Amino acid sequence: MSKEALDRLVERYPDEIVSTHADHGDETAVVRPARLVEMMTFLRDDEGTSFEMLTDLTGVDYLGVKEPRFEVVYHLYSLTKNHRLRLKVELEDDEDIPLEVPSIMEVWRAAYWMEREAWDLYGIRFSGHPDLRRILMYEQFRGHPLRKDYEMEDRQPLIPPREGKQHL
Amino acid sequence: MSTESLLGNEATTTTVEAAEGFFRKLLNRNETVQDAVNWSRRWSFFQYPFVTACCGMEYMATAGPRYDYSRFGAELPRFSPRQADLLMVVGTITHKQAPILRTIYEQMADPKWVISFGVCASSGGFYRNYATVQGIDTIIPVDVYIPGCPPRPEAVLDAIMMLQDKIKTERRPLLPVVESP
Repeated sequence: MSKEALDRLVERYPDEIVSTHADHGDETAVVRPARLVEMMTFLRDDEGTSFEMLTDLTGVDYLGVKEPRFEVVYHLYSLTKNHRLRLKVELEDDEDIPLEVPSIMEVWRAAYWMEREAWDLYGIRFSGHPDLRRILMYEQFRGHPLRKDYEMEDRQPLIPPREGKQHL
Repeated sequence: MSTESLLGNEATTTTVEAAEGFFRKLLNRNETVQDAVNWSRRWSFFQYPFVTACCGMEYMATAGPRYDYSRFGAELPRFSPRQADLLMVVGTITHKQAPILRTIYEQMADPKWVISFGVCASSGGFYRNYATVQGIDTIIPVDVYIPGCPPRPEAVLDAIMMLQDKIKTERRPLLPVVESP
């Protein structure tokens, strides 16, 4: 569906592409994070791709499934050309390296809340984000609940239960 | 100054007499003042709809003309807890919302009742995770639970009638300040 857009990206940034694949016509490029903002700006402004819209931005935790553990997925959509493209950035779970990707907020303002959500639920940092706070969970919350190693029965209530009751 | 001279004309005096007769009749029909008060309480719920989720649609259906809970005197939702005596918790309550719900409950003046609307409010429903309160009765007392995801309007009307039955036999001090030593 958007083979042309993917080809344009690969042609322009051959060194930044780790791999590409297409499932059921969904073209996907796995890219390196270093020049991410530049690539996203290209995808938005180039006439052949013109992805005006960032549909979604999510994190994925592949703990025990594959290496590297974390992934950030960008879903792009072109309103004028009616085609879509997915970009993935893989992130190592290494204590020495910060779990961080460049923020693409300057390219699409829509990334503002989505990056905060990915930070909140996965603990992925977005460097250059102006206000990287929790967005869904409360400030007092410890940890990142969508990580696969988050304790399933861990509860962090803000108020104690009534007498004779308990938070399950 | 007497009531007659205040109101002035004959027609209004008749209205006052009619109202007095109404309350006398009410007291005659019921055995005690408490029964009369319970009667008026259970036929004039002022609800505070604490609507957080999809159950709200079913709540609106119950309020609409087909099911119409105003037939039970529960006609006017109040959006200030100070003016409400029935707290309807409609939908999933998260741990983030729990302090808000408790504050709303505490702001309501006595006498007050709580209906837990739908499985999420009653038990957490199918959300057993880090975010969801497993039943609002862990944070505030509940009088009637309505099962269903979402409940049918008939179930909501049934719950209102159950609460009315419950209030019928209630014995709480009419004026706590006067009755305490």
